[in-house]
Amino acid sequence: MMTLLNEIFSTLLSTLRDVTPIIFVIVFFQLVVIRRPFSHLKDLVMGMFFVILGMTFFLVGLDKALFPLGTTMAEQLTSPDFINPSTDQLISIAWQDYYWVYIFGACIGFATTLAEPALIAVAIKAQQISGGAIKAWYLRLAVSIGVAVGISLGTYRIVSGIDLYMFIIAGYVIVITQTIFSPKLIVGLAYDSGGVTTSTVTVPLVTALGIGLASSIPGRNPLLDGFGLIAFASLFPIMAVLAYAQFADWINRRAQLKQTEKETEGE
Amino acid sequence: MFQVKNKFIKQLLGSFMDLLPIFVVIFVFQLFILHKPIPNLGDIAVGTAFVVLGLTLFIQGLEKSLFPIGESMAYAFSKKGSLSWLLLFAFSLGFGTTAAEPALIAVAAEAARIAADGGMIEQTEIAKNDYAFGLRFTVAFSVGFAILLGVLRIIRGWPLHYLIIPGYIGVVIMTFFAPDAIIGIAYDSGGVTTSTITVPLVTALGVGLASAIRGRNPMTDGFGLIAFASLTPMIFVMAYGMIL
Repeated sequence: MMTLLNEIFSTLLSTLRDVTPIIFVIVFFQLVVIRRPFSHLKDLVMGMFFVILGMTFFLVGLDKALFPLGTTMAEQLTSPDFINPSTDQLISIAWQDYYWVYIFGACIGFATTLAEPALIAVAIKAQQISGGAIKAWYLRLAVSIGVAVGISLGTYRIVSGIDLYMFIIAGYVIVITQTIFSPKLIVGLAYDSGGVTTSTVTVPLVTALGIGLASSIPGRNPLLDGFGLIAFASLFPIMAVLAYAQFADWINRRAQLKQTEKETEGE
Repeated sequence: MFQVKNKFIKQLLGSFMDLLPIFVVIFVFQLFILHKPIPNLGDIAVGTAFVVLGLTLFIQGLEKSLFPIGESMAYAFSKKGSLSWLLLFAFSLGFGTTAAEPALIAVAAEAARIAADGGMIEQTEIAKNDYAFGLRFTVAFSVGFAILLGVLRIIRGWPLHYLIIPGYIGVVIMTFFAPDAIIGIAYDSGGVTTSTITVPLVTALGVGLASAIRGRNPMTDGFGLIAFASLTPMIFVMAYGMIL
């Protein structure tokens, strides 16, 4: 019980330390530059208190419930004992042997992204200002699918040893092509969703997966090849959200076409 | 489903549903694929209750504090009409929130170890600390610059992809010249810069500015600040690796 209280307290302190520069910048500019008191000060202080307390409980809970099990699991799934390569390991690495790693990467990427608080925040905002045209839930689903594909491809890259930049450059080419053809309204949101996916929940689990994988495969350097999964997790959601927008656009247009067809038939 | 009247309890249920997939994934893999029992069920139960409560509090607080602050400051600055103060605010917000980011501190320390092992810097604590500090400063500066540029874009109404696509091309060109050891870190540093508390605040600032300025659409112009904040660190970190 004492250790739990201690943990809560130290997490609270570190959350406060993260928030201090933000509060400092805001208070300085509000009082010195804008020179007006905060409106609804009581609400703001209450809200900030909720945010800090919420982050604290969230982080302590993750440390208790998820991270120990999740990280040992990532290590176990990538260890040679579990994978038990069928071919002679010294001759070649068969990438097919690692299929459970790809599946786990996809599942855990999907699940952790759905729970990512920063993404929930952006999705709420997007739903508000689009007047409900963009559904928060669909947006989060699209981003999560993007992360799932990204992580699973990223683990495949570590196994196969293909250079990171080849994937990233190919990804950029696809994103640029999609940008040209997708509705302009969604482009900003799609690009933003790449950055919000990787924070509190996803990074620790995904990093453990990458480093575990890179250390269990002969010829990979965990310090060099273990990196890069986050980059995948930031790139693929952009494609997923742009694809979602194109798909929604297409559905809408088809519905409209049918509508006009019906109307002309009715005449 | 039964109807839940109380907003807080409804939100708690929502948070629980948000977290459910993670537990399903972990339990299924542990029991059926690794064939191992689930250890410390008590800890997991307590931790889960904490996570659900924490997420609920965070979302409740978000709508009362981070969103309104970002938006009201955007309105106040656009009313005041002083571009230089607004840009300074944007830079400070990006710089200040990133410099103290724990994920970034961890990545910078890791990067210093790689650089020392690769013989790019000396194998001493001082050299490594200097390198890590320099890297953190570089990333914080690049995020400050990103928010500044993003705010300027919203005000001027430049289309987002006119800036993002050259940014991508910049990343690709830099990749060919940067030392191999830094590329993975540079690519990842783009993802770790944007923390859970910064994202809602910066998003609200962008959307607030776009709605306060006549002729801007909050949907097309308001988003994109986070995108800049994920892109510029890659370029700046690779530059840092090339210069040192």
